Amino acid sequence: MDENASARLTRRALTVAHRVGLFLAMFVICLPGIWIVLSSLRPTVEIMAKPPVWIPQELSFDAYIAMFSGIGKGGIPVLDYFRNSLIISVTSTVIAVAIGMAGGYAFARYRFRGKSGMFLGLMLTRTVPGIALSLPLFFLYVRLGIIDTHIGMILAYVALNVPFTIWLIDGFFRQVPKDLAEAAQIDGCTRWQAFWQVEFPLARPGIASAAIFAFLTCWNEFALASQLTRSVNSKTLPVGLLDYTAEFTIDWRGMCALAVVMIIPALTLTYIVQKHLVGGLTSGAVKG
Amino acid sequence: MATVSLKKLTKRYGNMEIVHGIDLEIADREFIALVGPSGCGKSTTLRMIAGLEDISGGNIDIGGRVVNDLPPRSRNISMVFQSYALYPHMTVRENLGFSLKIAGAAKDDMDRRVAEASTILGLDELLERRPSQLSGGQRQRVAMGRAIVRDPDVFLFDEPLSNLDAKLRTQMRTEIKKLHAKVKSTVIYVTHDQVEAMTLADRIVIMRSGHIEQVGTPDEVFSRPATRFVAGFIGSPPMNLHEATVSDGKLVFGGGDSLPLPGQFKSKTAAGDKVVFGIRPDDFYPTGHGLSSGGETEVHRVELPVSITEPLGNETLVFAEFNGTDWVSRMLNPKPLKAGDRIGMSFDLSRTHLFSAETGKSLRS
Repeated sequence: MDENASARLTRRALTVAHRVGLFLAMFVICLPGIWIVLSSLRPTVEIMAKPPVWIPQELSFDAYIAMFSGIGKGGIPVLDYFRNSLIISVTSTVIAVAIGMAGGYAFARYRFRGKSGMFLGLMLTRTVPGIALSLPLFFLYVRLGIIDTHIGMILAYVALNVPFTIWLIDGFFRQVPKDLAEAAQIDGCTRWQAFWQVEFPLARPGIASAAIFAFLTCWNEFALASQLTRSVNSKTLPVGLLDYTAEFTIDWRGMCALAVVMIIPALTLTYIVQKHLVGGLTSGAVKG
Repeated sequence: MATVSLKKLTKRYGNMEIVHGIDLEIADREFIALVGPSGCGKSTTLRMIAGLEDISGGNIDIGGRVVNDLPPRSRNISMVFQSYALYPHMTVRENLGFSLKIAGAAKDDMDRRVAEASTILGLDELLERRPSQLSGGQRQRVAMGRAIVRDPDVFLFDEPLSNLDAKLRTQMRTEIKKLHAKVKSTVIYVTHDQVEAMTLADRIVIMRSGHIEQVGTPDEVFSRPATRFVAGFIGSPPMNLHEATVSDGKLVFGGGDSLPLPGQFKSKTAAGDKVVFGIRPDDFYPTGHGLSSGGETEVHRVELPVSITEPLGNETLVFAEFNGTDWVSRMLNPKPLKAGDRIGMSFDLSRTHLFSAETGKSLRS
């Protein structure tokens, strides 16, 4: 065979192998998600079957219908949980991103006494596992009377997310050349205008990613929420999953259905925000 | 259009003084170049004029108005940065019009002024592109366009050409000169490249370690450097500078060789004075291959060995060994030379310089 033909063949074989490899990797990553969706649609017998039933025999939306059917008919207050989750996650994300922007900007742009110490301190707070804080927080919140309230959860999540948003946004502001803000000031902007007109649009991908991460942390958090919430006043969706566990049984199908309900908004939001995550926006700002 | 006046301008960071109370008067429509090696305080001075750095002492006056504490936007200046600092998320048109938009200019006025600037700089074809789609030279022009659009009192340039390649730099230098002729505004131009300063500026300010060494026209700083530093900094290849001692109508160098003391310095020196002797490569040349200076009466001729040559086509730089070190000379109408050849060299002593070895100040009047 001539050399070129064999090289062409090798290249094709490699392409096929590459695609098969990618498919396998993606399959492994997606399988749990697919399994949850499937499990929410099939009867418990099939979920618990050993060996597992790979191809569902019957599919139904019973679990979803039951979920919204109200208490006593197998339902749980899913709309209340959803509302709580939304209020708590959105509010704490907005606050954490606002503080993160202010803090990140300060760390990226200004020199001040104790800067590196403060930055290190912020990072160290991330080393404490959230669950270790739940008991002290519980006592504190009981004393303050903010146990089982939105405000209590929002405070906890803001504290959890702020070090992370500051760290991430600081990195993105560092990538925006200082010259740009100075050029804007010479072009007639105040410090504040220069920030909003020039630095903010350029750091937007970083701010958007910080927002997504913060939102998902709040949306999916279970450990703290299970300790600090009590009732439909403040229980979030992850805590709501526990409603499907009874003394002797666990309703796996219902739990999976609720999990799907939880995943959809998170997925939608990530999809919407991801177009802002385009990096490399600052290329061409300075030099060649 | 405006004058700029700096009085006792000082900059300190903590206890470190970077700019030591400099005084400078810049006339309306004058093109001034601040030049000096890295860390001499020239960029800091420019940034203080722009309002990007607070001043630690002294006064800055632009157009008869003291602007010490005014923010950059209230000084009616514009600045071209070394990095260009174009807004990457805006098109060329938006970059040019940004200052007008911030100032709340009417749409048609804005369009007209952007169009004017883009025509002057040949940017018409590029208005809808983003900075990332432009070449270095085009970005440079957009940066200048953004400065023109504002119609400022004073243009500030912070090493605007240092990111360009050599050919483009020469081309943009010419464009800046043409631009200044067209817009006729006061320009303060910072550079570390003495050729840029010489070719562009009406007057050059040579700075060193936060002090002004000399202010003068390109001809003045070249022909009559006030200090040893200026003599060594201006001119390419640089002036030959060697320490010597005055003795009995002669300059005796460390290696034992000597030259006659140039006539103009006879009354200004005394035997035993430590001095620094300076001669430009143009005034030290292979005999018969130099420029006639008109001061032929004071030419001193010696025969010296050639250590190396650098042919440049129209001329050759000849490094001749005198007093144990290489002295660079410029050979016009060059002829081939080899290392080791002994050739007749001429020192045009009427065009030499002497500086005090102690203070570095010129002994010429």
